[in-house]
Amino acid sequence: MLSSDKQNWRPLVRAAFVIFFLLILFTDPALAQSPDPAYREFPLIGSRVALWLVAEVHLMFAAFMLGVPMFAVVVEMVGWRNKDARYDALAKEFVKLVVIAASTTAILGALLTFVLTVFYPKFFNYLANIFSPTFIIYPILFFGESFTLYLYYYGWDRMMEGAAKVGHIIIGIVLNIWGTILMFVANAWLTFAISPAGVDDQGNLVDLWAAITNPTWMPINVHRLIANVAFGGSIVAAYSAIKFLNSKNAEEKAHYDWMGYVGNFIAIIGLIPLPFAGYWLGREIYGFNQQMGITMMGGFLSWLWIIQALLIGILFLTANYYLWVGMGRISGGERYRRYIKYLAAILVVGWIVWATPHSIVASLEEARKIGQFHPLLGVLGVMSAKNTVVNLMILTTFISFLMYRRAGKEARGGGARRVKILQAIMVVSAASVVLFYGVYGYVDIFGLFGDPGSGTPAIIRIGFSVYQVAAVLAALFFVTLLDIFLFRRATTLGPMSWGQMPERSQYALVLLAVTFTWLMGLMGYARNAIRQDWHVFGILKDTSLDAYSPTLGFAAIVISVCVILFFGLIAFIFWLGELGEKKAKLTFPSSESKPAYEPAGSGGGK
Amino acid sequence: MTHRVLSSLKVRTIFAHPFAQAIVLEIFAYLLFVYALPFIAGIATGKPAPTPVSIVTLYMGIVTVVVLLYFSSNEATWSQFKRPVITILTEQQNRTTVIIRWVIFILLPLLAGFQAYSGLQTTVEAPAELRSIHPAPPTAIQFKGKTLNIQGLNNPLRADQANFAKNVQAGAAVYTSRCVFCHGDALDGRGIFAQGINPSPANFTDPGTIAQLQESYLFWRIAKGGPGLPTESAPWNSSMPTWEDLLNENEIWQVIMYLYSATGYSPRTWQ
Ligand code: HEC
Repeated sequence: MLSSDKQNWRPLVRAAFVIFFLLILFTDPALAQSPDPAYREFPLIGSRVALWLVAEVHLMFAAFMLGVPMFAVVVEMVGWRNKDARYDALAKEFVKLVVIAASTTAILGALLTFVLTVFYPKFFNYLANIFSPTFIIYPILFFGESFTLYLYYYGWDRMMEGAAKVGHIIIGIVLNIWGTILMFVANAWLTFAISPAGVDDQGNLVDLWAAITNPTWMPINVHRLIANVAFGGSIVAAYSAIKFLNSKNAEEKAHYDWMGYVGNFIAIIGLIPLPFAGYWLGREIYGFNQQMGITMMGGFLSWLWIIQALLIGILFLTANYYLWVGMGRISGGERYRRYIKYLAAILVVGWIVWATPHSIVASLEEARKIGQFHPLLGVLGVMSAKNTVVNLMILTTFISFLMYRRAGKEARGGGARRVKILQAIMVVSAASVVLFYGVYGYVDIFGLFGDPGSGTPAIIRIGFSVYQVAAVLAALFFVTLLDIFLFRRATTLGPMSWGQMPERSQYALVLLAVTFTWLMGLMGYARNAIRQDWHVFGILKDTSLDAYSPTLGFAAIVISVCVILFFGLIAFIFWLGELGEKKAKLTFPSSESKPAYEPAGSGGGK
Repeated sequence: MTHRVLSSLKVRTIFAHPFAQAIVLEIFAYLLFVYALPFIAGIATGKPAPTPVSIVTLYMGIVTVVVLLYFSSNEATWSQFKRPVITILTEQQNRTTVIIRWVIFILLPLLAGFQAYSGLQTTVEAPAELRSIHPAPPTAIQFKGKTLNIQGLNNPLRADQANFAKNVQAGAAVYTSRCVFCHGDALDGRGIFAQGINPSPANFTDPGTIAQLQESYLFWRIAKGGPGLPTESAPWNSSMPTWEDLLNENEIWQVIMYLYSATGYSPRTWQ
């Protein structure tokens, strides 16, 4: 164990130094004024693709590194509060993966700086001039983050008891604070390129703080924080799935089954608020520049949202599927089997609506018969319909989760029935609110905003999604609260057989992670393609050969290569990381101890 | 009599089998998309509209994925589901099964070959196209020598409450003399020329056109027409005429007011 730890440590320090010196070197004013060319050509694949690959794979690693500690600390706290060593061990196992991935992340970061400075000197110098103070802070933050990470991981076993444990948890929280600030700083650079602020017409810096807090900064910060958790959860789940598939004995199987379950649970928790964070970001982009907003939603990128819809459909469905299959390992799960078909029906309808494009690809002959928009399907193409179904799909996933949670238990007491009815009313009301506003997005039935039966004004209509979301989140919150209360003293119906999962459920977890990663790359492309032929929108023009947004088809290929690179790399380093490792004691919750298979945060998580 | 009962029992047991259920679901979905949807569209709008092949393919893909996931989400159902497939692939004794296997083994490659063949066939039909219907508007346009800032521009006539009806009336006159041939009496994009035009004229009654646009966006589109579309709107074959030389600024704002008032939509406003 120790020897492999040392191996992880050294490249990281080296990479950090490389970054630091590169930054010092290229933020040097003398260099910024040198008569260097604005661009250099990267051999074979071109500078843009080179930068794209490095940036994207770095981002994937960074997202993993930032996301996992966020829930690892929570899992550690759960273990500490419940005096349950298994959760503690699980949290440590999560952090171990982060430690293994740390050096690769750092090296990729250094590589990114390198590609940017060498092949895009004009762009880099411009950013460096604007953000020079943050370029100094960044490496310091980076060191802080890495040292805290090592302290957190290597100090784990020494800080197990009493006050030391509290101290350890605080280190974990500090680690997350470092990570969050680090990401916020990096986000300032990249959001500035999309929605610059704090500069004059010529692009000279007027106000650094305004440049940092540009219009899309906070939305991206929040979006990424949530997405990192979801992404980290899904990668951890995929890791467990692979380990599960390679397990030699029942004990290993049980452990990795449980770990995969926790990872998937975290991924779902992250997935649920993600669309809403996305809307906020979209609104800010519209607000910043309408032209950009239209390019994104209605223009040449509009087809991207259809792909996105298909991918998110896969995410929702796989997450549900995993829970459905999982009920097979709980005695008592059969009771809920018959409801699954209705959930599947809602999901299929939701998915279909979400994936319906507004302007349909039709042959000439078909177009003649249909007209510009299909009379029925065209209606499904607009935002009201999409918002409605995504909210319903979230509710459905939540119901799957509730069923899973209840599968092995039976609530007791006279009030149980009443509480269940109350819960049902809440879910149904939320669904009704969602549907009501969905329909109201088309027609003002009761004449609340004008004549009854006429269209609802667009500006009011787009506010509807907020009510829909509010209704769903409220239902999620209160139903969960009641559920915790309801099942606190429930009878257990039988043992939970961890490890008795069919293999296909594990492939589902892998699919979940791959889809997540791919989706992340796709969304990154969307966010950057809206800049079109600008490095910094409206300020620094792209004058290279690549001064246009790549097509969707080309982007899909590059993103796929990124995904393959990421999984290839991460599989390789996880494998390396375990080469010198002794077999640790594997744990999983047994069904005897009462709240044992309550996953981390299954109650309080929402 | 007994025979009848027996066979009906058989039918029952067949449909209790997950594999049969999956096939029934698939067929049902297909019929729904290909026949029922156009029929419903016909009732709703008076004219049946076929479901484009691209959509049927997309929907069937989704349905198939969910059907497979559903039946494999339970161990017992899944092994039952797989059994016919495994039997067909491995059966040695039963002659009928062996024959079915051979039929399938011969048909499958033939089917794939046919698919490839028909995919490579050239037809006289123009290929389906992916057009971006609402490209980003320019920030400003030149209108009769004057610069108009599209971004943030409001319809100046809308504020004039006293002449509201008069302006709409005037807009209606412009519409019936200029636009109706393509965009139709009912503003649904089905004017008398519409049949000969590709891409089809905009259907203003659809929630996806003017209902989600600002008035200045319409102004730009009406003034500059198809030729004024930006690069991202390839293949630039829109027949929407350029009206800036035939209509004045007022008339364009009036026809816009008419479009909203006749469809009952309100324009998107600036925040
Ligand atoms: C020769 C046929 C024709 C005539 C006449 C015509 N249009 Fe069009 N119009 C089209 C076509 C085709 C489109 C769709 C393609 C496009 O967006 O350019 C369109 C699109 C539009 C759009 C864009 C709608 C959207 O959702 O983006 C507006 C607005 C419009 N027309 C208004 C008018 C007005 C007002 C008139 C009369 C002054 C008019 N059109 C006359 C053919 C025509």
